[in-house]
Amino acid sequence: MTTDAATAPSSLLSGQGRGLVDRFGDRALYLITLLAAILSGVILGGITYEVFKLAGSAISKFGLGFLTTSNWDPVHEQFGAAQFIYGTAVSSFGALLIATPLSIAIALFLTELAPRRSRTPIAVLVELLAGVPSVILGLWGILVLGPFLNDTVEPALHAALGWIPLFGGTYSPVGLFPAMVILTIMTVPIVSSLTREVFATVPPSAKEGALALGGTRWDMMKTTVLPYSRPGIIAAVMLGLGRAVGEAIAVTQVIGGAPGIHANIFIPAQTMASQIAAQYQGASPLNQSALGYLAVVLLILSLVFNGVARLLVRGVQRRAKVS
Amino acid sequence: MEASRSAQALLGGGGNMRRRHAINRAVEVSCWTAALLAVAVLAIVLVSIALKGAGEINLDFLTQNTSSFGVGGIGNALVGTGILIGLAALMAIPVGILIAIYTSEFAGRRSGFVIRYVLDILNGVPTIITGIFVFALLVVGHQQSGWAGAVGLAIVMLPLVARSCHEVLTLVPGHVKEAGLALGASRWRTTLSVTVPTALSGMITGALLAVARAVGETAPLLLVTSIYPDLLVTDPSQPLPNVTVTIFRYSETPDPVKHAQAWGAAFILILFVLALSIVARSLSARMRRRLGAAR
Repeated sequence: MTTDAATAPSSLLSGQGRGLVDRFGDRALYLITLLAAILSGVILGGITYEVFKLAGSAISKFGLGFLTTSNWDPVHEQFGAAQFIYGTAVSSFGALLIATPLSIAIALFLTELAPRRSRTPIAVLVELLAGVPSVILGLWGILVLGPFLNDTVEPALHAALGWIPLFGGTYSPVGLFPAMVILTIMTVPIVSSLTREVFATVPPSAKEGALALGGTRWDMMKTTVLPYSRPGIIAAVMLGLGRAVGEAIAVTQVIGGAPGIHANIFIPAQTMASQIAAQYQGASPLNQSALGYLAVVLLILSLVFNGVARLLVRGVQRRAKVS
Repeated sequence: MEASRSAQALLGGGGNMRRRHAINRAVEVSCWTAALLAVAVLAIVLVSIALKGAGEINLDFLTQNTSSFGVGGIGNALVGTGILIGLAALMAIPVGILIAIYTSEFAGRRSGFVIRYVLDILNGVPTIITGIFVFALLVVGHQQSGWAGAVGLAIVMLPLVARSCHEVLTLVPGHVKEAGLALGASRWRTTLSVTVPTALSGMITGALLAVARAVGETAPLLLVTSIYPDLLVTDPSQPLPNVTVTIFRYSETPDPVKHAQAWGAAFILILFVLALSIVARSLSARMRRRLGAAR
């Protein structure tokens, strides 16, 4: 159907025996590009298929109990993922808990407050932060950030908030907390750039209305920009979460790679992604399959986060076009 | 409802004016602080890398092979990364451009959305999982190889190239294409000799940004091209030494000499990434100006 519409103009022109070449060329370009487009679906399908296939024997051996037990014992071939799920959940949610307000503040600054001429340069700088390769951020995390957190920030947090078990009295330069900070640095550019785009779609008339009613700039943001942008902000946070749960390299470098579930976020732990990166090579077949099971969980999480976020973004874009 | 409530909130009290201004002030200051903080973090990271890495750079560091015992350099890793990126770009860029031509020129509303949706989701797949996929596809039953690494990087690049090229192709004004068709050119000739050249600099931007992303990618390489000798390897059917796995490995050792080398390698890598991003951005700014003028 689309082909007919697509080739209509040229077939009109080629009515008087224009060369076969053109008719063939139109067909060929259409088919080649269609095949390329299908290839992207095949890759996504192939990834899903291979990951589930790899996980097959672990899924049939451990079932759903894999998700709730937490011994990971390659020697006795007993595997449970609870500790890694805990590590992933705490590091990602913790990161987004810090990154979301920061990103919203940055986006508000860039759309409402910053002097017009400084907006683009600052936005570009924030986006450059997203371009820093994760292995470099991890290197910086383990050699610069970790020691700083260990010597300064962690004791201070313990002194101020030590009655909360999260901020225990044992410090370490590697652990959940440095992972959280690194993931925050990685997700802020993603969340803030999408949030900024969404803020830019808020109709100026609504903002001017709030200001004309005598509102301060914050009154205006609170009553127009933020409520209007809610679905977009949710989408941005989900994209950030998708990035945070899947980050393997930088997290492996700074998290310390220790087993167990501890309330204290200052001591070493492990996430699903970092466990895969740390153990995949040289693992026995069942161990590899158990890592595949972790990958299945990660893949489902990232499909859900990205899938829902992109649908929300589409809704926002449509609304922006209509208004 | 939203409006009436906000009107009430705004007009409600005359007495809380001072409080509202104080809150407004506090919010504005927090927003400034947040933006400054993000820029400061970027500056701190870049300055750390420059301070610790720039001093490592000399001819030996750039030309000697990695070494497990002595000091060595990263020459073979630079060559390997160059080969991996080159092969990945040769695979991902043409296919990505073809996908973009399909979604922008041929696809209907629904099929276009589905393909872009698939690309966005593919872009969100954790790269360590891409590594597992390539491992299962090309390494199981064979051995690690540069080809496998290149395929992994190409899968990372593909959605980036296709999405950004789609965006610029849709920016090409309709009347430019119609001019081509009106001259009697067929659709494929119009696409290849009018639409694509008009959008070319924007498409190059997309390709450069994808290369910048892939060159810093570690996770897939760690699974499929990480067991290599401290030698110069140029045959992609063998595992290729590369910069990111070297940095990763060195950062995990307790050896200060290796840490220093990791900083040196990081310095070169970040310079390359920053240079690519800057070139890409200036190209895209130029293209937008040109298309703006054409409109």
